[in-house]
Amino acid sequence: MGEAKGKSGPSARRPDNSAFKQQRLPAWSPMLTANTVLPFFYFMGPFCVLLSPFDSPLSFQLDYTKAGSCDECFEMRKNVSKAALNCFCKVEFRIEKAFKVTNAPLKQLRGDVFFYYGLQNFHQNLRRYMDSRDDGQMVGRTTNLKNPSTYCEPFIKDQKGLPIAPCGAVANSVFNDSFTLSYHGGSSGPAVPVPLLRQGITWYTDKNIKYRNPKDGNMTLAQVFQGTAQPRYWQKPAYELDPRDPANNGFINDDLIVWMREAAFPNFKKLYGVLYRAKKPFIKGLPAGNYSVDVSYNFPVQHFRGRKQVVLTTVTWFGGQNHFLPIAYLITSCLTLLVAVVLTVAWCKFGKNGRNMEE
Amino acid sequence: MPLNLFEQFQRIANAYFLFLLVLQVIPQISSLSWFTTVVPLVLVLTVTAAKDATDDIVSKLRGEKWMNVQVGDIIKLENNQFVTADLMLLSSSEPLNLVYIETAELDGETNLKVRQALTVTGDLGEDVEKLADFNGEVRCEPPNNRLDRFMGTLTYAGQKYPLDNEKVLLRGCTLRNTQWCFGLVLFGGPETKLMQNCGKTTFKRTSIDRLMNVLVLCIFGFLAFMCTVLAIGNCFWELNEGSNFTAFLPRQDGNEATFSAFLAFWSYVIILNTVVPISLYVSVEIIRLGNSFYIDWDGKMYHAANDTPAEARTTTLNEELGQIQYVFSDKTGTLTQNIMTFNKCSVNGKSYGDVFDSTGQRLEVDFSFNSLADPRFVFHDHSLVEAVKLENPEVHAFFRLLALCHTVMAEEKREGELFYLAQSPDEGALVTAARNFGFVFRSRTPDSVSIVEMGRQRSYELLAILDFNNVRKRMSVIVRSPEGKLSLYCKGADTIIYERLHRSCSKLMDVTTEHLNEFAGEGLRTLALAYKDLDEEYFNGWKRRHHEVSTSLDGREGKLDELYEEIEKDLLLLGATAVEDKLQDGVPQTIELLSKAHIKIWVLTGDKQETAENIGYSCNLLREEMNEVFVVSGNSPEDVRQELRSEVSPIGKCFPSHPIHFFVLIRGSELAFLRLACLCKAVICCRVTPLQKAQVVELVKKHKQAVTLAIGDGANDVSMIKAAHIGVGISGQEGMQAVLSSDYSFAQFRFLQRLLLVHGRWSYLRMCKFLRYFFYKNFTFTFVHFWYAFFCGFSAQTVYDEWFITLYNLVYTALPVLGMSLFDQDVNDAWSFQHPQLYVPGQLNLYFSKKAFFKCALHSCYSSLVLFFIPYAAVHDTVRDDGKDVADYQSFALLTQTCLLFAVTIQLGFEMSYWTAVNTFFVLGSLAMYFAVTFTMYSDGMFLTLPSAFPFIGTGRNSLNQPNIWLTILLTSILCVLPVVTYRFLFIQLCPTINDKVMFKVRQAKATPPPPPRRTRIRRTSSRRSGYAFSHAQGYGDLVTSGRFLRRPALPRSSGFSHAGRTTTSFSPMGRSAGYSPTGRPQNAKVSDVEVTSLQMYKTIRDPAL
Repeated sequence: MGEAKGKSGPSARRPDNSAFKQQRLPAWSPMLTANTVLPFFYFMGPFCVLLSPFDSPLSFQLDYTKAGSCDECFEMRKNVSKAALNCFCKVEFRIEKAFKVTNAPLKQLRGDVFFYYGLQNFHQNLRRYMDSRDDGQMVGRTTNLKNPSTYCEPFIKDQKGLPIAPCGAVANSVFNDSFTLSYHGGSSGPAVPVPLLRQGITWYTDKNIKYRNPKDGNMTLAQVFQGTAQPRYWQKPAYELDPRDPANNGFINDDLIVWMREAAFPNFKKLYGVLYRAKKPFIKGLPAGNYSVDVSYNFPVQHFRGRKQVVLTTVTWFGGQNHFLPIAYLITSCLTLLVAVVLTVAWCKFGKNGRNMEE
Repeated sequence: MPLNLFEQFQRIANAYFLFLLVLQVIPQISSLSWFTTVVPLVLVLTVTAAKDATDDIVSKLRGEKWMNVQVGDIIKLENNQFVTADLMLLSSSEPLNLVYIETAELDGETNLKVRQALTVTGDLGEDVEKLADFNGEVRCEPPNNRLDRFMGTLTYAGQKYPLDNEKVLLRGCTLRNTQWCFGLVLFGGPETKLMQNCGKTTFKRTSIDRLMNVLVLCIFGFLAFMCTVLAIGNCFWELNEGSNFTAFLPRQDGNEATFSAFLAFWSYVIILNTVVPISLYVSVEIIRLGNSFYIDWDGKMYHAANDTPAEARTTTLNEELGQIQYVFSDKTGTLTQNIMTFNKCSVNGKSYGDVFDSTGQRLEVDFSFNSLADPRFVFHDHSLVEAVKLENPEVHAFFRLLALCHTVMAEEKREGELFYLAQSPDEGALVTAARNFGFVFRSRTPDSVSIVEMGRQRSYELLAILDFNNVRKRMSVIVRSPEGKLSLYCKGADTIIYERLHRSCSKLMDVTTEHLNEFAGEGLRTLALAYKDLDEEYFNGWKRRHHEVSTSLDGREGKLDELYEEIEKDLLLLGATAVEDKLQDGVPQTIELLSKAHIKIWVLTGDKQETAENIGYSCNLLREEMNEVFVVSGNSPEDVRQELRSEVSPIGKCFPSHPIHFFVLIRGSELAFLRLACLCKAVICCRVTPLQKAQVVELVKKHKQAVTLAIGDGANDVSMIKAAHIGVGISGQEGMQAVLSSDYSFAQFRFLQRLLLVHGRWSYLRMCKFLRYFFYKNFTFTFVHFWYAFFCGFSAQTVYDEWFITLYNLVYTALPVLGMSLFDQDVNDAWSFQHPQLYVPGQLNLYFSKKAFFKCALHSCYSSLVLFFIPYAAVHDTVRDDGKDVADYQSFALLTQTCLLFAVTIQLGFEMSYWTAVNTFFVLGSLAMYFAVTFTMYSDGMFLTLPSAFPFIGTGRNSLNQPNIWLTILLTSILCVLPVVTYRFLFIQLCPTINDKVMFKVRQAKATPPPPPRRTRIRRTSSRRSGYAFSHAQGYGDLVTSGRFLRRPALPRSSGFSHAGRTTTSFSPMGRSAGYSPTGRPQNAKVSDVEVTSLQMYKTIRDPAL
């Protein structure tokens, strides 16, 4: 192992006297002493209290799986033969406390009251389900449009052999209920539809980079999609998802993009719309009072014992509705202080005089 | 190269990863992309192949140059050359075809031995043509390991000549005092007796290696267990939930739940394979390599005198150096320098030699008055020279005795250039001392000794040599001075001489005794000197009787002894000499330090008991306070068994001087020996053959389950070096045998303390820290997958991004832990020496054991629970601060992996006790690297190039800007750290380990360098009577004196011994002392016709058992 060195003479093989080779590199040797550990603990306790943010956002949840008139629709969706039939239902509810917008500038007009749909017991995180998509197709590669990746199995081609666009189990199972929220005033006034912004609900990177429509010269979207089939469970093709806004069709449809971002856990909620606060009485958020939601009830959940919800929340500086972190921080801070006391006692009793360090 | 790949896949670990790769190719099973396994595997194979290649090159470079020597070749050896094959001696430069050899390499004996060629071959001389035409046939025994015996016949010119050990030079000897000789190769390479004695080369593994293999098996079992649990979970989930979910995710080809569970099992094998990470093996190799380089680079293990740095010849055993419990050391050349120096003397009640001037320096005496002085001789007391110059009669008599009473032979190649051929270095030292003090022994004939006394040439008539042997422990000469005065000069062990002193000496005896005690206390070898003047008449009578006795046939030895006894009495004491068997520098200190580190040191030597015992005292292995010296020295198996039994509680030291017999006994007695030996504080085994050294080591290895280290310098240590867990060779000397078969080599015994207490301890500490941390980080990493399985329907979905899985071990966490394992030190080297107790935890396997591993796994379990459930609870119901999604799979993956990386990095910070700039750079750099790589992988460009390989586009930007995410990361870090700090702090307070204590002390001392370890000479106040030792068994007396000892038929070409050529009676050495005798039998005892040597006994008893 000896290195061949160019040196010669009586000490040709003398090792270099460098700090590295002689293992004498200057170094910092920390040690867990009372001077460092105890102050750290006493500091961490209050620090954790500071980090437990108490301003919990407002939140309202409504399980509409079988609520109100949706009962009938639930029964109807049990029957597969009636899958193509539309079913509308309505659920009424009351918000006791107004969703006041406090920390958003008014002129932004985009309020921060958010409308979500929630699904329970829907496993978007199964490995085969998650793999069953073709990002190449959805980024607009024309080759993948006609030849979807084998990952999309078993939703690559329809019965006629046409390639499915968008292919795969994820796109196929897209959530297809739609909602209309109405405000019934303080008591029993006329119903005012609550305006919801249905766009800008995706990550910027998803909307602009990850998902793109295939392009082929000056052809329209429908022409580009010629020769592909719509997913089996879809009622309309991808290029006709949003009849009102032609720019919200194909792979860059906001609802599709939101759905395609698979949830990590079987119970999840996904953004449906954002309150548009341009008009009264919604300038300062959602006022308290009676509301109703009209549901176009399409998504079957009864097979997998799932539940469907509508969720209304506001957000705070550190993010949306989160009951866990404040409590966790509070508990941690208590724990830290408790440990600090225990360690202090132990130190005073055994370690302070240094007798335990005698050999 | 393909062969190398094939070999690599033979290693179980690599084969396992190949198997994983195969699994990943099956689409139904593949839960990870192929690259997650291929990238690490390729990297590992490349690194290993590169290492193998360099090893090959290195070992090729080391190939011996003597491989070309073949049986039947005739080779020429010159003075001081190393004999490299077993040779039949053909001819030599010396008269009578004699050759002098040193066999220290073979048996550790330091005296010169004589070999003699057959006359018929000796006549060939150095005539190369004649030698080339030499056409004889040798028939001899097959290759064997008997160093003391050779049998064969030479057929040459139609005549048969017997060959025995006397005609043979064995590999391992060194030619001395012989200009040249020619030899015929009888055995070469592995067939030589030396190599036959070397034992088998076995592939050494460290105990950590063995433990790791067990643990890896356990981990495999655990992996199978986890996968089974998850597969069962999958089966149930598929039955209860999955079957209801088929609308969204149809089963393939109607696969049933059980089949799905079967697939899930293999999918989870792939996902959870990180519990047995492939990079573990590579990292371990790299760490060992690095720590080996430190040994090569250590300037404090470099010996400037012969320009020899330490060398780690194996790079796979480092951490074992931190666990040594037994050190087996050779004596000659390892503990000692094999140099004797005349250090002190006491003449007529005055002690010389211990003089310091006012500054404490010792001045060297100037011998320029004496033109014949040996310039290498050093003495420190000028007053002795003054006494000589003042013609002090006692001092003159003292040196005259030293110049006359010996069996040394002188060689004067040029005028004034004297060389002494001493049979033992002790004698050489004494005669050289006399030479420098003006009593120069110049030449001898069988009946005269010529000396130069203070410049005057004088020739003494040598009338008799009363030779030295182990029983007599003295030798005398009877000489007639040129003036005609008859004197007897005697030197010998003090106890023996004192019994024979005249009453008038009693006062002088008391003073001299004090001096002797002082000398012996310093570990010097002492001899007492005495003389008496003889009456002419009495001597003539004695001589007549002596002649009668020596020609009588029965009981000659006994009668001779009686006769000697008669004349060696009423002696007058002259004084005493003290010769130092020079220890290597720092040997006593090293031994003291090592024993403080609870390392037991056994000395195994082929040398005699007295010498070994003496060295034992001088190197501090045996101490005065050990009052129960226990010597096992039975000559027969029964004796030994009896002695072993009778010793009830021998606490002290023991000298099994004939351990041979233990091995003759049945296994039960081996254990008795071992039990006894292990009770002793120090063990010295004398007269052991090379193979027996190995057997002692094996015995301890087998029955004590202890980690052993053997250190030696000579070929006779090779077998023990190979047998021990770690073999250390002393390098920089002539013989390379020991070094070539060793694992580590350095030039001085004292470097052993640095090798063990610094390098060994650090290596062990680093390796253990590495393993603990490595298992922690991988278990934590893997267990998170396990918890996630309960949320993803046991579908073998990974928690992390695939790229993270690929790079976690290779990039994100590799360097910080490598940095720790290469740089970490709890306390620096000076403190390690200051507190040798720091070595003990290694011997007790405290840092890494099954228990420690289990603790690691528990800790990982806790961490993984925190790392999965805190992010889960924090994220599952939350959204971004603009209401958008952050509970999606990709954000969760990113969050969890970031939490994990922070947690394991902080944990590393707690493990590391030595933060160099490099460490800090590695730790921070790896975190930076993580973010850099992550953001690159999640960038637009990467996604647009390969959409399916980089689907995580934008996840970093969209989730890492959320306070929620960072609060979660902080919380997991706090919760992972909290118990660790609490636990460690409490332990330091309540029951601190020795490491904690020393580290605390270092902190208090603040100043890094502690007082340097004492380097003072260890002085003992000795009450030991005799420091007598002599390194040869029997003198050359019979060689020197008359033809009475001639046993061989007169040689036709004989012409006297030396250039003096005055003798008419030719003589030949019978070289009894030249044979190697491991039995330790007094050599002057009657040798039975069939000499059953120890090895034979061993063989005959053992063979039937096999």
